[in-house]
Amino acid sequence: MLDFLDLDRYDLFGAFWTTVELTVYSAIGSLIWGTALAAMRVSPVPVMRAFGTAYVNILRNTPLTLIIVACSQGLYFTMGVTMWTDGSDPNSLAFRLAVLGFIVYTSTFVCEALRSGINTVPVGQAEAARALGLGFTQVLTLVVLPQAFRSVVPPLANVLIALTKNTTVAATIGVAEAALLMRDMIEREAQLLPIAAVFAFGFIVLTLPTGLFLGWVSKRVAVKR
Amino acid sequence: MRLRKASAIAASVLALSLAATACGGGDDEGGSGDGGGDTINVGIKYDQPGLGLKTPDGEFVGFDVDVATYIAGELGYEPDQINFVESPSGDRETMLDRGDVDFIVASYSITDERKEMVDFAGPYFVAHQDLLIRDGESVSNPEEIADLMLCSVGGSTSAANLSEQYPGAGLHELATYSECLTGLENGTVDALTTDDSILAGYAAQEQNVGKFALAGLNLSDEYYGVGVPKGETELRDDINAAITAMVDEGAWQESIDEHFGPANYAAEPAPEITETS
Repeated sequence: MLDFLDLDRYDLFGAFWTTVELTVYSAIGSLIWGTALAAMRVSPVPVMRAFGTAYVNILRNTPLTLIIVACSQGLYFTMGVTMWTDGSDPNSLAFRLAVLGFIVYTSTFVCEALRSGINTVPVGQAEAARALGLGFTQVLTLVVLPQAFRSVVPPLANVLIALTKNTTVAATIGVAEAALLMRDMIEREAQLLPIAAVFAFGFIVLTLPTGLFLGWVSKRVAVKR
Repeated sequence: MRLRKASAIAASVLALSLAATACGGGDDEGGSGDGGGDTINVGIKYDQPGLGLKTPDGEFVGFDVDVATYIAGELGYEPDQINFVESPSGDRETMLDRGDVDFIVASYSITDERKEMVDFAGPYFVAHQDLLIRDGESVSNPEEIADLMLCSVGGSTSAANLSEQYPGAGLHELATYSECLTGLENGTVDALTTDDSILAGYAAQEQNVGKFALAGLNLSDEYYGVGVPKGETELRDDINAAITAMVDEGAWQESIDEHFGPANYAAEPAPEITETS
């Protein structure tokens, strides 16, 4: 029944490893850029607030496939941006373009999750911090964000799980990850359902422990008020 | 309060009507009878210029479409009784297995793996893997491929063949061939590779005429067959007879000339029918 699963011919684990790499790099990038966006959206500078709001609302509402294809078609195939590679290895180039696309997209969700966390911190704390003479950056980094992060672990876990599954979109620009291998195997072995089941199981193996672990983390670090 | 009630009713009516239309979509199931008032469901590609393409006004054009229409004609169906269904590469076996379509004419290469799932009639066409390059350039020797930056569709047989035979060549795997054309036009890739029939279709498209040319390398042989459900030997024999008739009558060559002519693509003569019991 599993005779299509020829591991010498199809690098199943390598493909899932690429999925993991895509997820990890994109998650780190989105966390950083998303935090910066959230800071912009709560900052006292109107231009930054306007930029943050516009960025989040435009990119959050753009289909991910469109963003990823735009990275490949627009940045590389039309403008020749090679993302610090010499352009001779299409796979690492596509990988980097995909990570860029995922960061651009996922950071909007990180930003909004974080902003909801910021709202859970009582206003009095920020007022007290300002009364002590802290500036905006100090209030945000020393008082508000540490508490905000602790309360948004569950929504960030959702974003991370969604990101793991979203990485399949990278197959459209040729990153050798799980979904591309799945297409390849279906084309060559002509066994749609068993192959799809194997890959669905692979994604559950990746996302289920992530969800359980982050659920445990969220309980550990929750701010008890 | 009244307003809220009215909008709730409106919302549920809307939801119901959506559900009803969703159910109504599959009503035009065709029978596999011997013609008469029935319709026949034929799987084709919707997105391959030259082979099977759905035009914006809902017409279907291409060589596969002509073959499908001719076969259906021989089976006793008028053109208006043919119900074309889109059959993407990955879904073809399932569609035949489930009976969604009676047969499939969709650049369907005959392979041993596929023969375990479905039966084939034909072949009706032999294609070769080839390169599409910018007009004026040339790739005369398959060994030069290793130094080129190529582009193909991810998960396709051509992409897999290429990375097996020329591991040194750079290969971009994108979602559609049209996306590769952007790179070919801008010089970021050197060649687009897949079956020459598909390449010729793109080169012959109105907006591409004169820009691209086929390199003329025969990197593989792909025998296109008509997919029929497993065990339908009678239907397969009828289709084989229809293909033979189409070739003998000259309609086969006429269709080749019409769809591939503008690309200066010399298709091989019709292959021998091999898929008999």
